[in-house]
Formats: sequence, C-alpha cells, structure tokens
Amino acid sequence: MFEAKIYITLKETVADPQGLTIKHSLESLGYKGLQKVRIGKLITIRLDVKSKKEAEKQIKEMCEKLLANPIIENYNFKIEEA
Amino acid sequence: MRFAVVVFPGSNCDQDCYCVIKDVLKQPVEYIWHKQTNLDNFKCIILPGGFSYGDYLRTGAIARFSPIMSAIVEFAQKGGLVIGICNGFQILLETGLLPGAILRNKNLHFICKYVHIKTENNNTPFTNLCEQNQILEIPIAHNEGNYYIDEKGLADLKKNNQIAFRYCDKQGNADEQSNPNGALENIAGIVNKKGNVLGMMPHPERAAEKVLGSEDGLFIFRSILQRDNPKNEH
Repeated sequence: MFEAKIYITLKETVADPQGLTIKHSLESLGYKGLQKVRIGKLITIRLDVKSKKEAEKQIKEMCEKLLANPIIENYNFKIEEA
Repeated sequence: MRFAVVVFPGSNCDQDCYCVIKDVLKQPVEYIWHKQTNLDNFKCIILPGGFSYGDYLRTGAIARFSPIMSAIVEFAQKGGLVIGICNGFQILLETGLLPGAILRNKNLHFICKYVHIKTENNNTPFTNLCEQNQILEIPIAHNEGNYYIDEKGLADLKKNNQIAFRYCDKQGNADEQSNPNGALENIAGIVNKKGNVLGMMPHPERAAEKVLGSEDGLFIFRSILQRDNPKNEH
C-alpha cells in the first residue's frame, strides 16, 4: 500500500487573492518579513498497487487528467509506503 | 428548432433555460440527463448554470467527465451549436471546447447583480441580432467568474475575434471599474475558433422577460433561431 500526498498550487503567473489576504492578516498580527503567501490544495490518496513506480505513474496520470488544471495550476507529489 | 438543456447533479438554472426556450421562444426543448449519450435531433445544446458536483475540486472539473460530454464534443466538432452559461461555461473550459480557465473572483465574494456587457463580435450564431458594440444588461451570479488565459492564448483569442462579450459600464467603457470579477481584459464570454460554441458568465436566461427587469438576453437566444432559419443563411 502506498500513500500519495499531492500538492496543487496556482502558477506563479496567476494572482492569488486568498494568499494576499492571509499575508495581510498575518502582518496585522505583527509578523514581519513575510515575502509571499500562496495557498493551495493537499490531496491524499491511498493506493493498493505493487510498486512505488506503478503508484507514481498512476498518480501523475490522475494529476494530469483531473486533479490539476494545467492552465492555472502546478502539481507535485510525494509517495510513501503506508 | 430543437433545444436540449443538459442537467448535471447540481445544475440549478436548467429550469430557467427550459422555460425561456419553451414559453418565451415557443420552441421544442428537452432536458437531457448527464448520463445520456444521444444528442440526435437536437440543433442547440445548452449547458446551464449551477454547481455541478458541488463545484468540488474545481468548477466544472468533474462534470467534464460525465457521459454526455463526449457526445457534446462530437456534436460541437460537427458544427452543432453549444452554449454554456456560467457553470456551463466553466464545464466547456474544463472540457477544452473553449480555451482558458476560470479563477475565483478577485474580491473573493460571490457576486449576484445586473451588469452591462458589450458585444465585441456580432458575427457569431449567438450574437447576429446584436449591433457591433451593442450593450446588453444581463445579470451575473457567481463566485468563480474571473476568466484567465495566458498571453499567447489571449493573442489567439484576439486574432480570431473570439471575444464575444466584455464587461463594461452603461456607456460601454470596459475598464477596471466596470470589471466585476477581475476577468482578464474584462472578458465575459468567448466563442471557439469555428464560432459554434459560446461560453459566457452572465445569465441571458434570467434576462428574457420584461417583468424580470431586462429582455436583453433574448438577443442571444433569438440570434440562435435566426441562424437556423434557412432564409437567413449567409
């Protein structure tokens, strides 16, 4: 069994008003030196396949087909044995 | 002219579209459940607004894999007329029948109000009864209406005259002040290269009877009928 953690973030070229609002909020709480705040999604998937390689192949395919929209989003993932 | 209104789990403007086609335009219309795959005998497919699959993951991302969508892609490739309104537009973008993507509104609010849009291209099956630059008053109701496309994509849209509508003020100025949701260059609606697929965030079906405040949406629906009348083919 493998567990994938998939992180989906807006591309750098895409504005992220939620991230900006959180940045302002953190600043109003007194935190200094904040350079940038961006918000994204975390999706975890447990997968019953034979090898890590097979898990990687499937997760990549899922990201490209459904989980991320390549026009506005980037994805990356980590897979660990679970 | 026979219309189909596609119903996804979570569609909520399907009945408004149905009512406008049947009672205002007096045309035959049927609901098509998203699991169906047959679009024979229809001339125009409407993808209505709403929250298909609860907007989970991204707006339109899951509806895009409904069985009906392959039939709609084929229908569109053969030149059939397809109009996606609000969530329907979002589904068409996810499907790839239209270029670009939709982001959350810049101000992070759900916006529900009348806006003005300017007809940027009146040479489409959906706008042929509008004057060039005609201003229409039509409501929007969305949380994700902020149209985005990369630079190259935007250049292509302009080159092929694919921008159908831009948000503007009463006088027709399309600027930051008249942009309700942050959409790139005030884009409110686009067509595909061939011009037979339209996606738009404003709801023409909510502006199709005087008693509701505006009839400007009828310019769009009546343009579709005009296109279908063989006498008017050009």
